[in-house]
Amino acid sequence: MVNLYNIRLLSPEIILVMVALMLLLLDLMVRRKEIIAYAGLAGVFISAYVNFRLVALGWSDTSLVGMFMFDGYANFFKLIFYINLALTILISLRYTVIERGALGAYYSLLFFATAGMMLMAGATDLITLYMGLELMALSTYVLAGIIRKELRSSEAAIKYFFLGAFSSAILLYGISLSYGLTGSTNLKEIAAALYKLNLIDNPITVLGLIFFIVAFGFKIALVPFHMWAPDVYEGAPTPVTAFMSIGPKAAGFAVMGRVLFEAFGSLQAEWSYILMVLAVLTMATGSIIALAQTNIKRMLAYSSIAHAGYALLGIIAGTDGGLSSMMNYMFIYIFMNIGAFAIVIMLRSEGVKGENLEDYAGLAKSHPVTSALMLVFMFSLAGIPPTAGFIAKFYVFVEAVRADNVTLVVIAVLFSMVSAFFYLRVVVYMYMKEPKEEAVVTTSVPMSIALAITTVMILFIGVYPFYLLSFVKQSILG
Amino acid sequence: MEEIILNKLSYPILSLIVFLPVLGALLIMFLKKARHIRWATLFVTIAAFIAALPLWSHFDKTTYKMQFVELYHWIPSMGINYFIGIDGISVLFIFLTLLLGVLSVLVSFRSIETKVKEFHMSILVMETAILGVFVSLDFLLFYIFWETMLIPMFLLIGVWGGSNRVYAAIKFFLYTLVGSLLMLVGIVVAYFYGGQTLNILALSSVQYPLHIQVWLFMAFFAAFAVKVPMFPVHTWLPDAHTEAPTAGSVILAGVLIKMGAYGFLRFSMPMFPDATVLFAWPILILSIIAIIYGAVICLAQKDFKRLIAYSSVSHMGFVTLGLFALNSQGLEGGILQMVNHGIITGALFLMVGIIYERTHTRVIADYGGIAHAVPWYAGIFMIFTLASIGLPGTNGFIGEFLIILGAFKAHMIIGVLSALGIIIGAAYMLRLYQQVFFEKLNSSYENHPLPDLNLREVITLLPLIVLVFWIGFYPETFLSYMHLSVENLIQQVNAGSGGRHLLAEYIKIFRGAF
Repeated sequence: MVNLYNIRLLSPEIILVMVALMLLLLDLMVRRKEIIAYAGLAGVFISAYVNFRLVALGWSDTSLVGMFMFDGYANFFKLIFYINLALTILISLRYTVIERGALGAYYSLLFFATAGMMLMAGATDLITLYMGLELMALSTYVLAGIIRKELRSSEAAIKYFFLGAFSSAILLYGISLSYGLTGSTNLKEIAAALYKLNLIDNPITVLGLIFFIVAFGFKIALVPFHMWAPDVYEGAPTPVTAFMSIGPKAAGFAVMGRVLFEAFGSLQAEWSYILMVLAVLTMATGSIIALAQTNIKRMLAYSSIAHAGYALLGIIAGTDGGLSSMMNYMFIYIFMNIGAFAIVIMLRSEGVKGENLEDYAGLAKSHPVTSALMLVFMFSLAGIPPTAGFIAKFYVFVEAVRADNVTLVVIAVLFSMVSAFFYLRVVVYMYMKEPKEEAVVTTSVPMSIALAITTVMILFIGVYPFYLLSFVKQSILG
Repeated sequence: MEEIILNKLSYPILSLIVFLPVLGALLIMFLKKARHIRWATLFVTIAAFIAALPLWSHFDKTTYKMQFVELYHWIPSMGINYFIGIDGISVLFIFLTLLLGVLSVLVSFRSIETKVKEFHMSILVMETAILGVFVSLDFLLFYIFWETMLIPMFLLIGVWGGSNRVYAAIKFFLYTLVGSLLMLVGIVVAYFYGGQTLNILALSSVQYPLHIQVWLFMAFFAAFAVKVPMFPVHTWLPDAHTEAPTAGSVILAGVLIKMGAYGFLRFSMPMFPDATVLFAWPILILSIIAIIYGAVICLAQKDFKRLIAYSSVSHMGFVTLGLFALNSQGLEGGILQMVNHGIITGALFLMVGIIYERTHTRVIADYGGIAHAVPWYAGIFMIFTLASIGLPGTNGFIGEFLIILGAFKAHMIIGVLSALGIIIGAAYMLRLYQQVFFEKLNSSYENHPLPDLNLREVITLLPLIVLVFWIGFYPETFLSYMHLSVENLIQQVNAGSGGRHLLAEYIKIFRGAF
């Protein structure tokens, strides 16, 4: 029977959507636009509080007639999305003043996208999954193009929209194939039907699986489905880029993990083989092409492609431990990436883009603290201890070796050596080059808060990862 | 675990020593004036040295077990602990690191003018990382310290270095990183073979299958050989040493490259005894190549600092030769020579730094006849030159003598070839001395008188001079710490099943080749 009582498990998402609508109205009412952002922040905290209050009360159940799951796995990713949203709002405050966009729409779209991601993380049915994905995707298309004056931004939005529409179509195709074969869109029922109807060796099943992987691979920018990422990352407003480089990626990983493990668990040999090839391609392309970038946003785009490759190692392992190492990676990835983008935003001021490596020359001389923070983010992205980036990689490698993928790990460490070079280059520019012109760094209180949170988390997790690791282990798929 | 003796002092002495420098770094973050930063850093390094003195007096020489052990849970879900302790081998390096830490701050009082705060923070963070490497008994902890060290060193070379510093810094970083990352894979594999623990002592007692030993040995070798550095992966060293600021060179040559050899001692040998025996010969040959090749290249150097850098390649060849001779003389000699090299080469880099501050040139041809101008400097330089050559009565002699003894025991030809290295060593060092200090006074110094050593510089050099003669005349003070640890190590290597048998087989194949 339809159990409407359990709709309360969706209340965090419902609150987010309500806040999003409220922010749109607020934009018309208030004169000081910062208020929208602060109201939004409050909304994030209310939704997060409700969500984790439900967790604390011991709720772990399905909702929407079994189409949505409120479990540890989903809640871990929801935490990622909340942090991502909150940090994005913090780093947007200054930027939105500079760019003067449609502010209410900007913040409310961030909320809609986050609600979509949360729906994705909890989706146990392909229909809810698709709804969540579209809600997220449509919002981010608009976000990418929110600065209408700028050609780059519009180009990014169009590109993202077209390729995103393709991938949605492919996902729908995959859904229809698996529905045609198994007669269900529920992940658990698909898994059961694959057994019962003896469909495991059926080539159509594998075809459906490939469609799923392609569609998710697009969202997490796996090579060869990454073509959109550099252009969109470069063109989109920087806070949006920061938001996009984490949220949709983590959401993509969340659904990929759930679909592959829950629905296609019996085809693990097949999908882990496919993903292995994709992971190697992704790490290689991401690391090598990033070497040639002079625009820091583009470089970070390729770096984020490479990071998806490392995190994929966890899924390839095909074990609970592997999955939790991927979740751990995503969690740590928020802080280092948002941190790096926050610095990029700080260098952005009237007239100066602050996106070229050249703009970073000699930064350490004029702005020692900013440079030191960027140094931390860069070394963390490169995976050098004692930063969290190392813990992320280490845990993934441990789980990959546990699953006997030693060769893959060796390939991964070799590419992380390659990628160390371009992170180092940023440090070289900041510390070892003479400045051409005095860099202008604009800062604000919210930005400083965001930087403080990210830096502290990176160093704390790097030195004492105990809490995070035990939290991750509790949050594996039930 | 009966292999350890818990810390009996009332306070965690090792943690205190290791983390004192990094706490100091946090402290000087808030200082503004360069003068204050310099003095505060000096104070912190000296405090760390003094804090370590109880290690010297309370050390139990009658056991090979790990002492002053501290053990806390760190990541219990993965069986990873905060586990530190020292034995007779590591205690020497602790003191070497602490001493050179003080000296490198002292020598930088004048020469560092830009970004003073960052420089001293780098030095302090580096000191913590190096000390951490020498005390870690958990692999993850070890690895974290091992890699952390790259960041401050990268900055030291790249920010305060010579003209080609960026190239040297990146080369140093990437070379070391690729080796370390392969070791990381090795560590993870060992973690599963050793029953999901990263406890180094526990992992040392695991019997790994031979093919695993070979793979793991190679993975670890990648990290340690780059760090030592062994031929043919030594090419980062001349660039890094030459371009680094004096303090950086001193730390690099003095302790940092010892970490590689220490890695062989602490990990490769006890964990993979069969593979150690199997790889001993190739490593001996690489060491011989390093000794002779490094020495010959020194003969052709025109750059003061680069010459000493290349001499490091040669001297570290002696160290690995001694270690992989796999007998007690060779091992003790190798370990002692690591300390000696730290003292001598550290001192030589200090000397180069001191004269560079006055002349701003590293080209040997720009000097000449300066013994008249700076007699004290020339005299002290002579002491270190002779120690570097290995004159009896200096510490260099004891180390090299023991190593050659061990080498002869391993094989006669190895012994003979290594002695050849000493002869070339004498040739390049004496030639350097002659060109710099004797001959006609270079005309450029006739008008600009060269000031001799000042008090600060003499104080900097004095401890090293004392050590040169102390080890030279009575090495037992230092050797006595390591006797039992070395013996235990040899036993562990020999206990490897069929190690000797393998060696015999291997030698047979090898001899057939000649």
